[in-house]
Amino acid sequence: MGYERQADFGTPEVRSETAVTCSIDGREVTVPAGTTVMRAAALTGGSIPKLCATDNLKQFGSCRLCLVEIDGMRGTPASCTTPVADGMKVHTQTPKLQKLRKGVMELYISDHPLDCLTCSANNDCELQDQAAAVGLRDVRYGYEGENHLGAAPDVSNPYFDFDPSKCIACSRCVRACDEVQGTLALTIEGRGFESKVSAGLASDSFLSSECVSCGACVSACPTATLQEKAVKEIGKPERSVITTCAYCGVGCTFRAEMRGEQVVRMVPWKDGKANRGHSCVKGRFAWGYAQHQERVLSPMIRESIDQPWREVSWEEALSYTAREINRIRDTYGRNALGGIVSSRCTNEEGFLVQKLIRAGFGTNNVDTCARVCHSPTGYGLKTTFGTSAGTQDFDSVEDSDVMLVIGANPTDGHPVFASRMKRRLRKGAKLIVIDPRRTDLVRSPHIEADFHLPLRPGTNVAILTALAHVIVTEGLADEAFIRERCDWDEYQHWAEFVSAERNSPEFLSPVIGVDAEAIRGAARLFATGGNGAIYYGLGVTEHSQGSSTVMAIANLAMVTGNIGRRGVGVNPLRGQNNVQGACDMGSFPHELSGYRHVSDAATRALFEAEWGVPIDPEPGLRIPNMLDAATDGEFKAIYIQGEDILQSDPDTKHVMAGLAAMECVIVHDLFLNETANYAHVFLPGSTFLEKNGTFTNAERRIQPVRKVMEPLNGYEDWQVTQELARAVGLDWNYTHPSEIMDEIARLTPTFAGVNYARLDAEGSLQWPVNAAAPDGSPIMHVDGFVRGKGKFVVTDYVPTDERTGPRFPLLLTTGRILSQYNVGAQTRRTANVIWHEEDLLEIHPTDAENRGLKSGDWVKLASRSGETTLRATVTDRVAPGVVYTTFHHPATQANVVTTDYSDWATNCPEYKVTAVQITPSNGPTEWQEDYDAQALRSRRIAGHEGAMEPAE
Amino acid sequence: MSGQMAEKLAYMVNQIARNLVHDAAPVASVADHIVAFWTPRMIDTLLAEGTSALDPVAAEAMERVKAARAAHAG
Repeated sequence: MGYERQADFGTPEVRSETAVTCSIDGREVTVPAGTTVMRAAALTGGSIPKLCATDNLKQFGSCRLCLVEIDGMRGTPASCTTPVADGMKVHTQTPKLQKLRKGVMELYISDHPLDCLTCSANNDCELQDQAAAVGLRDVRYGYEGENHLGAAPDVSNPYFDFDPSKCIACSRCVRACDEVQGTLALTIEGRGFESKVSAGLASDSFLSSECVSCGACVSACPTATLQEKAVKEIGKPERSVITTCAYCGVGCTFRAEMRGEQVVRMVPWKDGKANRGHSCVKGRFAWGYAQHQERVLSPMIRESIDQPWREVSWEEALSYTAREINRIRDTYGRNALGGIVSSRCTNEEGFLVQKLIRAGFGTNNVDTCARVCHSPTGYGLKTTFGTSAGTQDFDSVEDSDVMLVIGANPTDGHPVFASRMKRRLRKGAKLIVIDPRRTDLVRSPHIEADFHLPLRPGTNVAILTALAHVIVTEGLADEAFIRERCDWDEYQHWAEFVSAERNSPEFLSPVIGVDAEAIRGAARLFATGGNGAIYYGLGVTEHSQGSSTVMAIANLAMVTGNIGRRGVGVNPLRGQNNVQGACDMGSFPHELSGYRHVSDAATRALFEAEWGVPIDPEPGLRIPNMLDAATDGEFKAIYIQGEDILQSDPDTKHVMAGLAAMECVIVHDLFLNETANYAHVFLPGSTFLEKNGTFTNAERRIQPVRKVMEPLNGYEDWQVTQELARAVGLDWNYTHPSEIMDEIARLTPTFAGVNYARLDAEGSLQWPVNAAAPDGSPIMHVDGFVRGKGKFVVTDYVPTDERTGPRFPLLLTTGRILSQYNVGAQTRRTANVIWHEEDLLEIHPTDAENRGLKSGDWVKLASRSGETTLRATVTDRVAPGVVYTTFHHPATQANVVTTDYSDWATNCPEYKVTAVQITPSNGPTEWQEDYDAQALRSRRIAGHEGAMEPAE
Repeated sequence: MSGQMAEKLAYMVNQIARNLVHDAAPVASVADHIVAFWTPRMIDTLLAEGTSALDPVAAEAMERVKAARAAHAG
């Protein structure tokens, strides 16, 4: 589509079962009761002048431009605050109104620069539009009086500027920060003529304030006061394309606003059903990595990792790779080969990678990065409910009365959904947070958790069982729901187990480290507080009992009857943009798309008929098993698309040893990442801006990804995989990802009704989309569980084998920060580094004092696996005995210290519990220095000596 | 595969057994889990070391897997 501003109906949509009909300038319109005159007028195609109103903010009634006349009513009411009534006759354009509006506009313009032609918002400015709409021709007051025209701009934020000389004090930015984002960083300081927008204290700039750079204020601003630096530099966009963000599992949709092949800005799409017009700093602003100078655009090969890389043609790279794959298969057998599907790439790309491994390499040795994040979700929810997915859509939170957030930090990891949660919490929903760390959600403006249970890392199952103990023994179980929807015998077996004294809060309190009465209070609140919704993240899954914890969560939802309707449910917050999709696409070694086990002959027959090759009926190796088999000399080649296992996977030294033992490591990525230090083939990848496809977000929503520019490397990632498949002898001839989706739909019952035409027409679809649910499934398990009866599973607390002791007395847990994403490959190549230049170690004041540490000191972080150094920050966010860090920077290599303990059911690594010791340090360890030297050597490119080498 | 690998696999099956010990039929559950998620090579490697050093539920489950594989092969 060409460039035009997104439609704005002035005031928010109102939901009502009652309809009212009124007449606006003679045009009759029927709207839900409670709708404003302004919105009703916009719905008829009219446009009442406005400045302070916009339809994602509550009406404010301050600009006095939207006045109307209504038959039978005195005066000229503001249309933004006047609801329509049956039979109302409204006049929006009369001589009286024109005079009033012109007078108002005259006052605004008397204190506004008249530099429209050179203004960056020229022809894209609401103030300019409204001045035209009211017919302003002159300003009688002159421009010599007191004004704000000389106010200095604040250019501190890396992505947008604040120019107060252009501010009309409409408060849209302040209200957007309050209502949309929920940070409340902005305010109007002073009164009357002195009123001005301020980011916190007068001494604060936007950068030093609490502003989280979500961009809501920038989108809300009707002038050039708050504007993207990129618009100032490049100019107004000339076209826009709707696409889906490639960062977290929320799956925000954006309008990529373009000038030629250059992105001018990414603006959250108001019709996006996942984000409802909101965004975070990553999706809104941090897309510059796509053009980063360190992107590798030429294929490269080398026989040995000691050699420098050699740039070659695509043809040579692919034929070399195919020869190596065939050689290794002939020498060691097909099970010496394998691959990893990326949770960052599209569904279609993931499907092709697993198809290449199964049908081309002839093995089920395929896995995905979900192995190290949400594989326990797959196991746990499939076991209890019958399918591996969250039960709700994001809108569901609007009907939640109690939110239980466990092992998730949504304000940092899933910020756009966190804003939705905060909006509901500010309206009165209750909040229980179970987390070792005091996350921002625990206490933020107008929000305070009713219970924060700061458990010891590794005791999730204990605390969930204790909660269940209270619910069952105090008679709070929803027996009617359980009898109707669940297996009653299994429930009784489980209820007997949780009721045992050894599962009471009082008995388990010393283990959990939380007061028993607080556990009882939280249990009572969750069971009796109305609609209860559980949200969880990697703090649940990345444990030795990750799968048990997921099942304990499912038990808790079933015992309280919180499944199958809006406002309730079990909601895994997915880490990466397409974790859900990668899992759906059959990326796990034991199952084909749609979560069907490879041992199922009927399913295999379906694929064998479509693909024309036999499928191995036995499960393949998981990522950690592949690395183990490699160090044992049995696994020799791997194709890794879009994942950096050397930085993201646990026990770095073990990963290095596994990669080093392979004869052909093929990395398909944007940058020479850490894993590429051990690679023999590098295939350049494409960004989400350069490809067509779909991502599936945490609410099972399949959304289009659209190409807005040609791939700098020459090919979309699905094309690269197709060429590799052809090189190894497969006759693939896809011409567009829509054909891959058609194949997915043919082979996957839950995707049966999905195709590109429908996605284009409807914007998104939530699986299952099939004959039973032709329009998709916003809420799952409505009339019954996918597996039939819900299954209660006994989850006995088994302490991790990773124990603290005299040598390693502290527990390390890891997480992420708002401005960075995963291993930082993308966000570290943007201006986001200004907020997080390095990983820091959070340590409690008591533990810091015992070690003579203060904030900013270098510390050595040591575990049984290894040691690294980083700087400390002393904070009571973490409890005594617990330390915390992020893993966004390769210089830190936090995974050097994590162990190879893993979830019992899925081998998801136990990132969240490592026994460590912290001691003062002078700087990097010898290991870190050796690692850096090896990384530098391995990134040499023949012919580029002396040039700036691409580096992580 | 090496003895080190067998040691790791023994740890894994014991861990699985510890987590399924409260199931209605723990031995069957452990055996089913192994068959569903382990490659035949992983199973063979562990069986080659023998099951005597495993925890009782794990050992019984691996014996069951062994019998099923023998029956299937036969």
